[in-house]
Amino acid sequence: MPGFLVFPSHVALHLLVALLLPPLIPGLIAKVKARMAGRTGPPVLQLYYDLARLARKEAVFSRTTTWVFLAGPVGAVAAGLVASLLVPFGHTPAPVAFEGDVILFAYLFGLARFLTILSALDTGSSFEGMGAAREAAFSALAEPALFLGFAALAKATASLSLTPMLLAQGAAGVRLTGPLILVLAGWAIVYLAENSRIPVDDPNTHLELTMIHEVMVLDHSGRPFALVLYGASLKLVVLGALLVDLVLPATSRPWLDWLLFLGCLGLLSGAVGLVESATARFRMTKVPQFLVAGVLASGFAFLLLLV
Amino acid sequence: MSLYLLAVLLAAVSGLPGLFLRRRGGGVAAGLMGLAAVLGIAAALRVLAGGAAGRLGLPAAPLGSPGLLVLDPIAAWFLLPVLLLSACGAMFGLGYWGERPGARLLRLVYGALAAFLALLVAAAHPLVFLLGWEGMAIAAFLLVMAEDRKAETRRAGWIYLVATHTGTLCLFAAFGVLSAQGAGAFAALPRGFAASGSGTAVFVLCLLAFGFKAGVMPLHVWLPPAHAAAPSHVSALMSGVLIKMGILGLVRLLSWIPDPPLWWGALLLGLGALSGVLGVAFALGQHDLKRLLAYHSIENIGIILLGLGLGTMGKSLGHPILQALGFAGALLHVLNHSLFKGLLFLSAGSVAHATGTRDLDRLGGLGHRMPWTSAAFLAGAWAICGLPPLNGFVSEWFLYLGSFRALALSRWPWSVGVLAALALIGALALACFAKAFGAVFLGMARTRAAEDIHESPRSMLVPMGVLVLACALIGLAPALVAPALDRVVAALGSPAVAGLPALSGLASLPLLSALALGLLGLALLLGLWLRPRRRDAALPTWDCGYAVPSARMQYTASSFADGPVTGLRWALLPRIHEARVRGLFPGATRYESHVPDPVLDRAADPALRLSARGLSLLRFVQGGHLPVYLLYVLLTLLTLLVWMVV
Repeated sequence: MPGFLVFPSHVALHLLVALLLPPLIPGLIAKVKARMAGRTGPPVLQLYYDLARLARKEAVFSRTTTWVFLAGPVGAVAAGLVASLLVPFGHTPAPVAFEGDVILFAYLFGLARFLTILSALDTGSSFEGMGAAREAAFSALAEPALFLGFAALAKATASLSLTPMLLAQGAAGVRLTGPLILVLAGWAIVYLAENSRIPVDDPNTHLELTMIHEVMVLDHSGRPFALVLYGASLKLVVLGALLVDLVLPATSRPWLDWLLFLGCLGLLSGAVGLVESATARFRMTKVPQFLVAGVLASGFAFLLLLV
Repeated sequence: MSLYLLAVLLAAVSGLPGLFLRRRGGGVAAGLMGLAAVLGIAAALRVLAGGAAGRLGLPAAPLGSPGLLVLDPIAAWFLLPVLLLSACGAMFGLGYWGERPGARLLRLVYGALAAFLALLVAAAHPLVFLLGWEGMAIAAFLLVMAEDRKAETRRAGWIYLVATHTGTLCLFAAFGVLSAQGAGAFAALPRGFAASGSGTAVFVLCLLAFGFKAGVMPLHVWLPPAHAAAPSHVSALMSGVLIKMGILGLVRLLSWIPDPPLWWGALLLGLGALSGVLGVAFALGQHDLKRLLAYHSIENIGIILLGLGLGTMGKSLGHPILQALGFAGALLHVLNHSLFKGLLFLSAGSVAHATGTRDLDRLGGLGHRMPWTSAAFLAGAWAICGLPPLNGFVSEWFLYLGSFRALALSRWPWSVGVLAALALIGALALACFAKAFGAVFLGMARTRAAEDIHESPRSMLVPMGVLVLACALIGLAPALVAPALDRVVAALGSPAVAGLPALSGLASLPLLSALALGLLGLALLLGLWLRPRRRDAALPTWDCGYAVPSARMQYTASSFADGPVTGLRWALLPRIHEARVRGLFPGATRYESHVPDPVLDRAADPALRLSARGLSLLRFVQGGHLPVYLLYVLLTLLTLLVWMVV
């Protein structure tokens, strides 16, 4: 099956959304959290201001670091942008789709993780080593959950490309509702873990000992740190699109599809904000159990499809 | 064919001139090996590009075999890594081993090992195969024993010798069963043979024989100690190519069988999943860089077996797509693993050469002083984790595609196990190589040994560079290898399934290349944007404001792997020695943990010790007195006489 390029205006729109939208999402989450706590909170566009400020700042490098220190931020953004080409935003097909792009999608995030871990270890700091070790261990559980979800969808839609896999749900009928909810549950757990949100990780805590992702980038500053922040928000959008596509109803008009997709992405950010306001972070030893729940949910989704 | 024979000959004699030359013997050997590689690879590429298979036979009918040596697509495919790695290793050896005592003999035997390996891949007659097999085993034993002053090396060598000969024994039996059936080996077997009793016997015996060589769990006992003890360029050749000869044997067997029973494929899949998951899990627990790499070889053999199992299932179930994707994934992974594991062992050798230690927790910060070695190891780690855009991703991608396709092909979803195993292996391998690369090359030097070092000489760096380029080439342009791979896969297919789909039709390889190039371009742009304008060399790591971070405060390799190792302790059974802390002012204390091998240290070693103790009861029979032995002779003769008369 050769890849296909949908007509350019949609590709352009897709690229624009992938490039420009991401920093809005953390802003939305922060706003929801602030409102829930009764505060005004920072402006929704705060991350855009932060990125602009960091891009102008000079970076500080420790004498312990080598070029690997920069590979983390670069890899996270480059891999995230390539992955964003593979996932459909709403009911418009992704710019690039071919059989087996699912695997490339998952492995691109693996690549980003690998390089982030290495750039954390490059500082020689024990805090960052701790975060890196946790990231490596927890992702070993998140990966099977993601893949089992893909397996369930592949079984249901007899397809191996993200676009048909995620978008064929509506046509498949009622039989899929149960498995779909389970995949959604499993992937929601993966979403929270991969994006280091509460209850797996707390992006706002001030105690480095308890962090996972934020502690890995303690030593990044200036432009490298801008890329780190941008990469994290990109991940929120790209993995979020995965979740949103599963439940998005198809409409008859393309502009309505886009609007619906963006609205749902906003709702997802709101939901993440609500989860963060309502729950506390798990103890580190409980996190694997939470992730195993994700694996089980996707696994049961797959089992349900067999009967 | 003549090119190939010339290559084998050149490899075999590459060490000879060095025996008589006072100097430059190593250079001559490396040059001859390089020439052999160029000639042999040219011959292999000609066959893979669709040329006629070369053949060397005897005038007399050679016992029902197609000839003595046949350079068919399968042989050509395995010949590529054999010669490439031999040449890279020979060159690496120049700087790594130099003119230490024993260097001449080492080069001689190294050349012999390369020649036997090259002979074995094209063997088309049981006798030639066994000759190559035994020659390879003995040459490798001699090479492992290169540093036989160390007790560790001697132990590793003897374990290897016992394991390889147990395997050879099974191989003799397998060929015996084959010829007893009148079925000529190295030719297609009749339908129905595989399902018969003798077919089962042949499969089980071959699985044992080739499993010992390939290091399939639980027959892997010899692999970690031997790889750790051998000189690094020898480890590279052993891990890259020698263990693949077990895979070659299985591939040959599968190519003769037109109708493998379903349980063959299922067993291969089961063994593959076991080797893959446990291999990487045990690698996580290792502190020795080369032992860690050796366990990863077991893991990768597991991935290859998963591919062979998928292909065999496809053959049994009559799904050509599955057959093509499974076998293609397995065969491409054979080549890929040779490239990146060779690369990793060479870079590990470079580390050991510079620092004199292989202990992860005594290294650190090598990236500053050994930038090229560090980049080479990173490339190898990148590829072995199956991350895009290097070659490891392509072969794993074929396997994923195959197992996803299998979900739709049959009602019973056995391949979801393959998917889960592949995903788990991938994630654990990533953790393990992050640990290894981080502990060795990143952060600060943990001991003096890791501090006073310098980059390895160019003769060691060039072979690594060649292997990095090969990894990148396959990763960026998989469409280049697809036609060759199609021919090898077709050689594995039975005549009944003639219409195997071409890989280029199954997978959109050009798009994969385009995305890989896009990824690289994007990374380059971002890297340029980030390039620091000036670096202040005096700044320490911020570390939340801690003023004097010391190397001892770094996270060690053991602590990095602690999470997964604790999570898998029911399988790994780590041994932890820790002193209890007593009193209000406890004194100095120590903590140690290591993960012993499950089969060698926990089962084989105690069992063999016990049986040795039991058998020592029989020792009085061997008293050493001549009259007693004469008495034995007499008694034997009498018994025989009585038996013949009655």
